[in-house]
Amino acid sequence: MNFKGRVWVYGDNVDTDVIIPGKYLRSADFRVFAEHAMEGIDPQFRPEKGDIIVAGKNFGCGSSREQAPLAIKYAGIDCIIAKSFSRIFFRNAINVGLPIIEANVHDILHRGDVVEADLEGGFVVAHGEKYPGTKLPGFLKEILDAGGLVAYRRDGK
Amino acid sequence: MGTISELILGRASGKPAAAGDFVIAKVDFAMSHDGTSVLAVKAFKEMRSEKVWDPSRIIIPFDHLAPANNENTALLQREIRQWAAEQGISHLYDVGEGVCHQLLSEKGFAMPGKVIVGADSHSCTYGAFGAFATGVGATDMAEIFTSGRLWFRVPETIRVTVDGDLPIGTASKDVILRVAKELRSDGATYKAIEFYGTTIGQMPVAGRMTLCNMVIEMGGKAGIVPPDRTTLEYLEGRAVEAFEPVYAGRDAVYCDELHLDVSGLQPQVACPPDVDNVVGVEEVEGTPVDQVLIGSCTNGRYEDLAAAAGILKGRTVKCRTLIVPASRNIMIRAIETGIATDLLKAGATICNPGCGPCLGGHLGVMAEGEACMATTNRNFKGRMGKGADVYLGSPLTAAATAINGRIADPRRYL
Repeated sequence: MNFKGRVWVYGDNVDTDVIIPGKYLRSADFRVFAEHAMEGIDPQFRPEKGDIIVAGKNFGCGSSREQAPLAIKYAGIDCIIAKSFSRIFFRNAINVGLPIIEANVHDILHRGDVVEADLEGGFVVAHGEKYPGTKLPGFLKEILDAGGLVAYRRDGK
Repeated sequence: MGTISELILGRASGKPAAAGDFVIAKVDFAMSHDGTSVLAVKAFKEMRSEKVWDPSRIIIPFDHLAPANNENTALLQREIRQWAAEQGISHLYDVGEGVCHQLLSEKGFAMPGKVIVGADSHSCTYGAFGAFATGVGATDMAEIFTSGRLWFRVPETIRVTVDGDLPIGTASKDVILRVAKELRSDGATYKAIEFYGTTIGQMPVAGRMTLCNMVIEMGGKAGIVPPDRTTLEYLEGRAVEAFEPVYAGRDAVYCDELHLDVSGLQPQVACPPDVDNVVGVEEVEGTPVDQVLIGSCTNGRYEDLAAAAGILKGRTVKCRTLIVPASRNIMIRAIETGIATDLLKAGATICNPGCGPCLGGHLGVMAEGEACMATTNRNFKGRMGKGADVYLGSPLTAAATAINGRIADPRRYL
């Protein structure tokens, strides 16, 4: 799994209330979440398909709302690179098929820069330099490859 | 031997478990509320699952937007009720019963040694009874609905010891805010916390629930108080099935330790927009607020309402003061003992049991530029309304603030 795209850069502790404010949760329509993704922190957030979010530590802290990774995924983001993720967001991202990798690059990137992430290799390339990232355990990788836990389950695994 | 998390997850997965291991554990009880059940049921159906693994082990409380605030919410809630009926899920607690975490505790599902998973981040609350309890998202919940099992990475554990008698004017909320200040908002990410010490030993169940509830605010996976006489007395005649307490072994390995002496603690306030942005109340005294909120899974118990009433009785609030009892039983008790009358006479508004405005959905959403002193658990940017600030404190601090319309030190009124 390789991604290359323009980045949207944020700092530490991007919480689920700013990713998708509580008032938008009562819906089963993923487009509603996508429309309001990152609204609490960045009203200008209008990604193009293939863009990447880069952030500091503890990305996705707070609530267990799965609408948070869904909002980001359906807004067009292909991958999130953060210094670290909150535990529940980490699980939810894998479960909804949103690729994530832990790497510390948010300090050296600005909005619009291009970055590459290699999930198999467990590294990120920014400004021509290679930065180490974490690799997912095998079975989580399989869930991600299947497109999420629902698809993984439906495929009878 | 090992930590409490290692031992409980080992037992639930059928083989010894150590921190860092990935295990598939049997779940004893699963909870999803009106907010998360919508996507959990959707994922369950998309997985082409037909019957849940055990309808008697699934609990569905309606608390997040209950009663429904609009037609769309009402429709989604009707679908959850229909699905639960089809599945034979009888533990459905509808409008007015209370907050999920209070209900699982009151109804005796939260027990020592159990694995309890909730589709809500504050499910770590049940660790107050010695359970391994954690929050997950909707798709994980659909997996549990289907198989009764879930994968876990066995967490490392931080040992937190709290000693000393809590000074007058302070409460368990001040203790956990102080711990958050030390550990920071990501200091327990992927980890569990075990609580020890004389302060915890003296703490009633209500206070222990406040402690464990807020472990997620440090990123924690679980927060556990080892069961003792207080736990067992609470569970007497309440526990829904037999249980076996689990205690850490003498050789248990902890990744970190924190020791706090709270005998000199002053009331703590978490300032916006982070839960670890904690100061002593003296530093923010006088900050104007527009609303006070006393309630939630963190601090909506009878003891919390009684503490607030102790200050509010015979006085008059100077700002909108919302009281949200955490359950129907708590509300009944507050009426029977007269504290509900004290609160109402002071000018407070008592809302129906549930989550209230904690997550900014209804019943007290705030306007841009306004500020709230709340006994809840999160003060994130925009949580209770776009552009509004949230300060977190104990029910005592909230009550003192209510009668001033400004953040105030409760010790002046005790």
